[in-house]
Amino acid sequence: MEIVRREKTGADDFKVRQRRAQQMLRGELDGDELEQHVRESIVTTTLDKAVGWARGNAMFPMTFGLACCAIEMMSIVASRVDVARFGFEAFRASPRQADLLILSGRISIKMAPIVRRIYDQMLEPKYSIAMGACSSSMGVFNNYALVPADKFMPVDVHVPGCPPRPEALMHGILKLRSMIQDDPTLGWRERYNAVGTEELLPDAPTDGPAVNVYPPGDTAGA
Amino acid sequence: MPDATGLELLAAELREQQADAVRDTEHFRGKAALHVDPAAIRGTLLFLREKGFEFLASVHGLDYYPEEPRLGVQYELLSMANLDRITVKLRVPTDAARVESVTPDWPTADHQEREVFDMFGVVFDGHPDLRRILMPEDYEGFPQRRDFPIGGEPILFTKDEAFGRDYTA
Amino acid sequence: MTEISDYRRQEDAIDVNAPRQPVVLGEGIEQELLTINFGPHHPATHGVLRLLVHLEGEVVRDLKPIIGYVHTGIEKTAEDKSYWKVVPIVERMDYLAYYFNAMAYCGAVETLVGVEVPKRAQYLRVMHLELNRIMSHLVWLGTSALDLGAISMFWYCFRERETILDLFEMSSGQRMHTRYIQVGGVIEDIPPGFAERVRAFCEVMPDRIDSYRDLLEKNEIVLQRLRNVGALGQDELLALGVTGPLLRSAGHPWDLRKAMPYSSYEDFEFMIPVGTLGDNYDRFFVRIAEMYESVKIIEQCLEGLPEGPYITEDRKVALPPRWELATSMEALIHHFKLVTEGFRVPPGEAYYPIESPRGELGCFVRSDGSSKPARVHMRDPSFVNLQATAPMVKDLYIADMIATLAALDPILGGIDR
Repeated sequence: MEIVRREKTGADDFKVRQRRAQQMLRGELDGDELEQHVRESIVTTTLDKAVGWARGNAMFPMTFGLACCAIEMMSIVASRVDVARFGFEAFRASPRQADLLILSGRISIKMAPIVRRIYDQMLEPKYSIAMGACSSSMGVFNNYALVPADKFMPVDVHVPGCPPRPEALMHGILKLRSMIQDDPTLGWRERYNAVGTEELLPDAPTDGPAVNVYPPGDTAGA
Repeated sequence: MPDATGLELLAAELREQQADAVRDTEHFRGKAALHVDPAAIRGTLLFLREKGFEFLASVHGLDYYPEEPRLGVQYELLSMANLDRITVKLRVPTDAARVESVTPDWPTADHQEREVFDMFGVVFDGHPDLRRILMPEDYEGFPQRRDFPIGGEPILFTKDEAFGRDYTA
Repeated sequence: MTEISDYRRQEDAIDVNAPRQPVVLGEGIEQELLTINFGPHHPATHGVLRLLVHLEGEVVRDLKPIIGYVHTGIEKTAEDKSYWKVVPIVERMDYLAYYFNAMAYCGAVETLVGVEVPKRAQYLRVMHLELNRIMSHLVWLGTSALDLGAISMFWYCFRERETILDLFEMSSGQRMHTRYIQVGGVIEDIPPGFAERVRAFCEVMPDRIDSYRDLLEKNEIVLQRLRNVGALGQDELLALGVTGPLLRSAGHPWDLRKAMPYSSYEDFEFMIPVGTLGDNYDRFFVRIAEMYESVKIIEQCLEGLPEGPYITEDRKVALPPRWELATSMEALIHHFKLVTEGFRVPPGEAYYPIESPRGELGCFVRSDGSSKPARVHMRDPSFVNLQATAPMVKDLYIADMIATLAALDPILGGIDR
């Protein structure tokens, strides 16, 4: 989003503008002066950009701490790296009220359907950040018990680290914020071209090996 | 830790009280261990409780693959009054993996025996609620056995991508 | 035709219309207990803990914890890596007490290998362990006070935590999961300036703990919510296998640092705070008192820090220092073997218990002679302490249940491993 800054050319400029504003309020400006004043003091933008700006600056993250990364996520709420200065301090516990899901921690196979269900319960527009190595890939643990988040839900920003420093998470959140402000397309399915990713139907075949278990020697892919 | 002689005395006394209970004694790096018969585990723990080992610190299992009998369950006992520790070890084969549960005497063994069942498949007779505790309830297989594959994703390196070897396709 | 597992068949066979647990109350009045599911995603359960709570009105009659939602297969992964590479894996188990996880594991491996840890390394380990204990109690205090409603405690506690994490970053380069404690000692000596900063921290910290205590100690709301709530006697706690501050708040002075000292704890003078009633109030203030004692231990550590190597000199177990690699061929070979294959450990089984902020943390390692462990099991204190939740919250209100869970200090990473 572009913000055009006007140079301040000294105290006089301020006094002049103040005087002009006073006259505007009293209705004493007209003609060219009025036009110039209006041009200087009104921001014009598209509705999309305005909505994007508002949306990006007032996100409600959800309290979704899973493991060690949750402690660093709590650190960004703490006073050193203060997430409240960006407007994100209202962590909401209910998925209906939140719009940013920060997956902080490792997602085990028991937890994955629950995460998916919570993400589905969130209302559009919703965003998600995979914080840490364990949620993006499986991190340090390449084994039967974990699932990387990309396998079952769309993730907008991956923040690497084990655990990422609070500043790194802040960087990821701000990157997401600039993504939201620039391109506020509604709906993750359009964003990721992900039509057809509805929930697995009950009739789907459940025999065969579990998702993450490969017999030894067979690494020929999922 | 009961030293080597103390351990032998304990084992002798236990042999007197319950025949065929003790299979072996072990004293390794200053720590005493008793190898017992799986059928006599509850009696052994009660005997040790009378001797002052009133705190069951840990119940854990292990897989001795490829040695038979494969599955082992170990009980770590602690005597707070005498500042002593002793381990009780038992082994069961995979096809007859049943051990009597010590939960009625030691309530702390509840979740711990469930974990041994979940990870190794050892069934504890007499346990009030033997279900899987860490894996999903309908999971098949016993993950921590040595012949269970570790699983996971194949690691895709950037160099393989560059050469067109995209083996996760 | 797909196969239906037994579990699904059982699920379908449950009749939700049939009344369960009817409780007859008075004449012709039947009451049923309401089963409510708390979690696993819930703001007040510390981590992904799922509780099935049987309620009669607002009173909890029974509680069943269901765990496994962050099961990572740490023990299985550890069997796949060489011994010193297991340290980062095992550290991520109890994620607030990472030095303790590494210490228990390294202690077990050192028992098996038979290597002796130099005195300086022991003192450095103790210093970092006690800093970690303070940090763990601070996070616990901040989040528990948050559960009770005293929201500002969170920011105060995390402010101190940041200071401690700066110290960790100074000594090892990482804030969390530092892999500072290695088999045979610690990975690096402390940098110059570290001792001064720790001393400055130790001067400031007791006043800060005083202010936390003053905020909560005589507060009417804290007293009403925590006094005489969730009390459990010593005998029942011992039967359930509970150790740590929970057992000490019930009056039983069992602390492995004093009873069976390891890693030079016998050189330090400190006291064990013990409670009387074993209710939530005692649990809170036993932990706050432990923070004072930890500060004392750190000060004594700094005073008495001996000179010497910071890791064992046995090159078959510990990496040689970098400058030796340029001059000695043997050192190069040792370095190569250690990094590629790792050291071999003679066969045996060892169990090494230590006192973590939550209780007795034990590590069981079995080796079969190769360079990878054959079994690593961590006896986690939170896993065993969780069994005490059900007797503690019987006949309490839901809000008291939340306060009791907070005072229990469960860490789901350790529970689920």
